[in-house]
Amino acid sequence: MLHFLDPKDFTKPRADAPIEIGKVSRRVFLGGSAAGLALVAVSGAADAFPRWPTGGETMPHGLRTDPLIFVSIAPDGTVTLVAHRSEMGTGSKTSIPMIMADEMEADWDRVVIQQAEGDEPKYGNQDTDGSRSLRHHIQMARQIGASVRHMLASAASAEWGVPASEIKVENHQVIHGSNSAGFGDLAEAAMALPVPGFDDLHFKTEEQFRYIGKGKVQIADLHGITTGAAIYGGDISLPGQLVAVIARSPVMDGTVKSIDDTETMKIPGVVRVIEIKGTPQPAKFAPLSGVAVLAENTWAAIQGRDALEIEWDDGPHGSYDSEAYMAEMIATADQPGEVFREQGNVDQAFSEAANTFERTYTQEHMAQAPMEPLVALANVTADRAELWGPFQSPYACRTDVAQVLGMDPAQVRVNVTLLGGGFGRKSQHDFGIEAALLSQGAGVPVRVQWTREDDLQACFVHTTSAEKISVALDAENKVTGWKHNSVAPSILSIFAKDSGHQFFIESGMGHVDMPFDIPNVRCENGKAMAHTRIAWFRAVSNIPRAWAIGSFVSELAAELGKDDKTMWMDLIGPARVVDPLAEGYPENFWNYGESAGSFPIETGRLANVLDVAADAIGYGKQLPEGEGIGLAVHRSFVSYVACAAHVKVVDGTITVPEMHLAVDAGFIANPERVESQMEGAAVMGMTVALYSGLTYADGAVEQSNFHDYEMVRSDNFPRNVGVHMVPNGFSTHSTGIGEPGVPPVAPAIANGLFHATGQRKRALPMGADI
Amino acid sequence: MPTFSLNGAAQSVDAPDDMPLLWALRDLMGLTGTKYGCGAGLCGACTVHIDGKAERACMLTISQIDGKSVTTIEGLSPDGNHKVQQAWRELNVPQCGFCQAGQIMQAASLLEENPNPSDDEILDAMAGNICRCGCYERIVAAVRVASTGG
Repeated sequence: MLHFLDPKDFTKPRADAPIEIGKVSRRVFLGGSAAGLALVAVSGAADAFPRWPTGGETMPHGLRTDPLIFVSIAPDGTVTLVAHRSEMGTGSKTSIPMIMADEMEADWDRVVIQQAEGDEPKYGNQDTDGSRSLRHHIQMARQIGASVRHMLASAASAEWGVPASEIKVENHQVIHGSNSAGFGDLAEAAMALPVPGFDDLHFKTEEQFRYIGKGKVQIADLHGITTGAAIYGGDISLPGQLVAVIARSPVMDGTVKSIDDTETMKIPGVVRVIEIKGTPQPAKFAPLSGVAVLAENTWAAIQGRDALEIEWDDGPHGSYDSEAYMAEMIATADQPGEVFREQGNVDQAFSEAANTFERTYTQEHMAQAPMEPLVALANVTADRAELWGPFQSPYACRTDVAQVLGMDPAQVRVNVTLLGGGFGRKSQHDFGIEAALLSQGAGVPVRVQWTREDDLQACFVHTTSAEKISVALDAENKVTGWKHNSVAPSILSIFAKDSGHQFFIESGMGHVDMPFDIPNVRCENGKAMAHTRIAWFRAVSNIPRAWAIGSFVSELAAELGKDDKTMWMDLIGPARVVDPLAEGYPENFWNYGESAGSFPIETGRLANVLDVAADAIGYGKQLPEGEGIGLAVHRSFVSYVACAAHVKVVDGTITVPEMHLAVDAGFIANPERVESQMEGAAVMGMTVALYSGLTYADGAVEQSNFHDYEMVRSDNFPRNVGVHMVPNGFSTHSTGIGEPGVPPVAPAIANGLFHATGQRKRALPMGADI
Repeated sequence: MPTFSLNGAAQSVDAPDDMPLLWALRDLMGLTGTKYGCGAGLCGACTVHIDGKAERACMLTISQIDGKSVTTIEGLSPDGNHKVQQAWRELNVPQCGFCQAGQIMQAASLLEENPNPSDDEILDAMAGNICRCGCYERIVAAVRVASTGG
């Protein structure tokens, strides 16, 4: 019933490669595999390890549990662990190796982490998005660690002639009586032995964990980050390289009519100008039409780009006006749409209602705006290509680059640097394709550097939306019917011919999975065509849905004379496990790629996190005039997060002096990084609430840099953020953490603002000033 | 040709007068710890010290630093253990880490001028440095730890 479909595989880029070359023989790449690893099998019964299925098995290239791929041990005992997911700040490069190290009893201070290149056939899935890294890899990381521990014990058993079952492996030492050996001493001996199967492994009990679920380990790269030595996308150089800065069509599907590069070529350091031909939508991650200026340094390239005289043909989207379009979407939301979920008899509920109540909530486009603007280095020669860059999905980048260059993926290597933030933007590796095409065209290594203006104006943006919610109320003011029409251009428009309708992944993000205990429910989707490139933004469609539903609950509470928390709890109802089909969910309901059996919607967990957040902030306490508390709770990425925001208007500016986030993410492997993700979600959520709006006039983005696309800063961020993690044992499946903190923050702030001032905001961004 | 002190050593650079210090550092001098975030003095990712005070390297041309002393994140401390760097590690401040060199340089400059700032003084001094990941709570706490009042 439930199935996963990777939308990124719907279409392939068709950008014209400047040079066609033939295929050559496969090149062998140096990988992170364990050239010197000693591994042997240990006999023994399988411990109780409550394995559960995840969507990880059904992702492209699935999961790998072979320790030889991920672990190597040097003679001096240094344990090198391969991090195969991209690090963009969520901590996956720390947490997955930390789990391996704990289960193998390696000393974290003697662990070195090595970033994998893009190679999914070898490492399994590397597409680092969807808050999947821990959810999909905690089990494989434990298995890999346990395998290595057993193999080291087995090697010692053979050497000392004692039963493996009597051998202790503890903190980088293998011990039996008076015998002891370091990991490095045993590595070579164990190397020839086979890898044990899962059923032969002994796993640590939760009480035996040294790092997992415990205090803090220093994050990977911390020393380099604090000394400037850490390597991000723009920090690698090759001899003879040029730097390219590109003038891209300001309008989606615009094309170049004419170029005058006279002034550009006068700038010292400018070497040449190359036109990149764009691909009409749907074009997946193909570059926009543009004109690249290649220079000896970045400054010359920027100046050269700015000096270009280009006449553009804006094409079919040259009249896109986001303000006018918003009015159209609001009108569309008033009309019936395509029905995605139908439960009970909605029309009867509304026709028999004693009262009805309806509101519409909107959101403008947003840019992810990671602090590191897009950048990638490519070195393309006749028979191979090598890239370096901050890629969220390096293997997808590798196969796409191979295709546009006319190469076999075996001829392409994609190296992953640290990502200076991602938030979904670096899932689109258009910037890597640009670098590869330009390097191929110029015959030298090329670094493509986007400016901040490029980042905002040639973005793959978050959608824009109008969400209309209507409820039917009986004579006792009980909600008997719920209608939610979600109108927003779809991400699918970059992958397939735009139908104007959302697809199941978007509708699964807070629309059809509305979890309230209401007998009659209809979820509809009105048509909205895309006029700019729509793609992923941290938490994706959950942001407008949590915004709409979270604000609506508070408005309904005010309408019915209830307090917000009572209204939330009335709607959530008694604790239940949602049966999606019985509640009219679509057959292709998308549960973040997980089965509803393994990761069901449990409304008791939803109510619990709301309770925790409300209690933490002292919900119901008396506050001075001009202050208020807002609540919101939302399930996304199979996690449950509630936000309680204390809002205070100071000199006409919205401030948040206190906020609490309660999260139920199943078993938490690295609470320190969960806390940091929640602290960050509070800040990004407040930025979404107050500032994040990209607007379009004549088809082009109107904002250009941080002066008009503002961010919450240290002079006004949510203060005193309390993060409350619901304690769960390993048997409660680990869920997602990178994204689900963001959605409830904006509605909690808006609801707090309402209680502080009586002003109700229904449009994001709401602005900082009242 | 502008001549200046770079992390304690004499340096001259052959670059057009109007090249921002940021790109001269990154492209011509191989010091990539100073990051590009906006190019307009709006985000603080490229913060360096000029004669000991925090400045945005994207807003200074190479000719403007002639005769001055430039310190980048690479030169903040000979062993990378400036008290601000240590405080950052103690609190595991970074998420993606990209803005952190600029944040650290800003904080070090603040504490040089004001060894025991109030919370409000920390918040004001750090307000020019954006962290999109939202590490502000830990940044403020780390500045407090590194201060004489910490």
